[in-house]
Amino acid sequence: MPEPLVKVDDLKMHFPIYTGVFRRHTGDVKAVDGVSFSILPGETLGLVGESGCGKSTVGRALLRLYEPTAGRVVIDGDDVASLGPEALRKKRPTMQMVFQDPQASLNPRMTLARIIGEPLDEHTDWPKAKKLERVYELMDQVGLNRRFANRYPHEFSGGQRQRIGIARALALNPKFIVCDEPIAALDVSIQAQVVNLLEDLQEKFGLTYLFISHDLSMVRHIADRVAVMYLGRIAELSPRDALYARPLHPYAEALLSAVNEPDPVLAQNRKRIILKGDVPSPANPPQGCNFCTRCPKVFDRCRVEKPQLQEVEPGRFVACHLFDNTAAGSTGAPEAFERNQQGVTQ
Amino acid sequence: MADGAAPVLDVKGLRTVFRTRGGEIHAVNDVSFHLNRGELLGVVGESGSGKSVTMMSLIGLLPSPPAEIRGGQVLLDGRDLLQLDDKGLQEVRGAKVGFVFQDPMTSLNPVFTLGDQLMEPLRKHMGLDKTAAANRAVELLELVGIPDARRRLKAYPHQFSGGMRQRVMIAIALACDPDVLIADEPTTALDVTIQAQILELVKELRQKLGMAIIWITHDLGVIAGIADRVMVMYGGQVVEQAPVRELFANPQHPYTRALLKTIPAISGPREDRLKVIQGQPPILAGAPTACPFRARCEHRHDRCDRENPARRAIDGQTVGQGHDVACHWSAPAPAPRAEAAHA
Repeated sequence: MPEPLVKVDDLKMHFPIYTGVFRRHTGDVKAVDGVSFSILPGETLGLVGESGCGKSTVGRALLRLYEPTAGRVVIDGDDVASLGPEALRKKRPTMQMVFQDPQASLNPRMTLARIIGEPLDEHTDWPKAKKLERVYELMDQVGLNRRFANRYPHEFSGGQRQRIGIARALALNPKFIVCDEPIAALDVSIQAQVVNLLEDLQEKFGLTYLFISHDLSMVRHIADRVAVMYLGRIAELSPRDALYARPLHPYAEALLSAVNEPDPVLAQNRKRIILKGDVPSPANPPQGCNFCTRCPKVFDRCRVEKPQLQEVEPGRFVACHLFDNTAAGSTGAPEAFERNQQGVTQ
Repeated sequence: MADGAAPVLDVKGLRTVFRTRGGEIHAVNDVSFHLNRGELLGVVGESGSGKSVTMMSLIGLLPSPPAEIRGGQVLLDGRDLLQLDDKGLQEVRGAKVGFVFQDPMTSLNPVFTLGDQLMEPLRKHMGLDKTAAANRAVELLELVGIPDARRRLKAYPHQFSGGMRQRVMIAIALACDPDVLIADEPTTALDVTIQAQILELVKELRQKLGMAIIWITHDLGVIAGIADRVMVMYGGQVVEQAPVRELFANPQHPYTRALLKTIPAISGPREDRLKVIQGQPPILAGAPTACPFRARCEHRHDRCDRENPARRAIDGQTVGQGHDVACHWSAPAPAPRAEAAHA
């Protein structure tokens, strides 16, 4: 097995809460609370979950757009979480980001050529002509007409703006790109265009993606492996096909069953698991397992002890006591799966 | 579907134009549809397809200027809503037609309690006194599954989560037992597990209350799960209309067909590459003289540039009753494709 390009180890990102007249530190929003995973070169890891589960925070902390509270983030050999400012600046070209909102992430006062060329201004000392040549090349690669180089972002549609954002991310030949909900703001008929472009570019340049999304069917399409997050922790991390065929963690199971199938015949016969209630606040997560307040298969141990992410089948990692193979008397996954199946499904 | 009874809502030839500094935008072009009693009509389309503007035009929710309704009829129980003045419309809104908007964060007033906002339509339209209105409000909150309802009347919107707020919006829309509920992307801003809760709720409420619902969305997955009949809009026009199973099994319009193929599936075989609809949606300046989809269509021929196709029935029924499509091109027989999809 090749060495992973990205290796995240027990990443924590806590945002402090200050209250009262003296702005005393009274608590933390534990947006990301101990997340570990790795991504192989050329692989796409999907990161899914509902809003507020911390998936975007993971993406941002990975590229050190936030200062992580704890943990290691090794990208291409360097621990990004502990690099000094100058070393981090040198590191930036290898890791880039495509943002969710193409409206907000492009400076409205800069022309397209300047937006795409800005990383080159920052990290190279190329002459002007060479930079412009590179900008044109990038525009060709993402399917933007060269004639548009002197236009401003507002003159473009959402899908085209997302292409501008992708061109900018590609400018310095990165190895690793975090795509933070790159298609969420786009119309259905445009989403497919952008996803196909991302796939083409991956093939062409051997890119590695962290694809953050709440769209489970799109993640099934693009990702090789998928991590399901809930309230700041990874509930399950599995190869794509295995996860979609047979989710192990009760939350992953409920999440997948909630996806609407665009087929009326299937939709009618589908068994859905309707979760009760809302996601608890990450400032005050429940005792024990994060999911214990909504889990249809909850039992006593879940309310006391936090389950750890562990490999329950080859390549499949689950954080759930149902699959705990370290506990005495339990024989592990197959039996746990049976037990899992007896849970409440309505 | 057409059981002989008169539809509760009948829209004929609706045209809405926005007058802007850059010229006129023809957002709704000759849209006709009906809604039967107890039926759930799904309206699908991308942003800019005119689906929301159509529904807002029905009950005078668009500011005029810039919006101007150029023609058509909106018959609610035989009465033309377009002929009503503001006062008449106010009596219809809330009492006869309830509206649920997309964004539950912005459509509740942050400075009034839920009780105030729930009781306003009850007192205004049904003439209930304060106690009766409060009792009814508690009933409504319980109906939409909000626990501890009486105490919650004193709560403000910020104390609720997104899913809860959408439940409250539905409760407000249902307050006066409307004949028609118009829901404009009510689950788009919600997470999938919360969306599933709201969809279950709506299914349940339909059984209990038997009202007619228009459900606007761009999510074909949602439509597949709840609609009886579907209307596909593109470029301010109805391009296809059919019962839900028929539409998914036998789509006729090239846009519908392409749309169904661009969504990756959550189960079944995985596509290697997504099918793409090239190009962008049209800008609707000027009344349409050609097919609005022609620039993106793979079956385009010269007639499409000359003539905007009229809706035609493909199953021998009258337009609007069975399956109809607005396209010059005829789709080949569907049988093998539909079989493959369910194999």
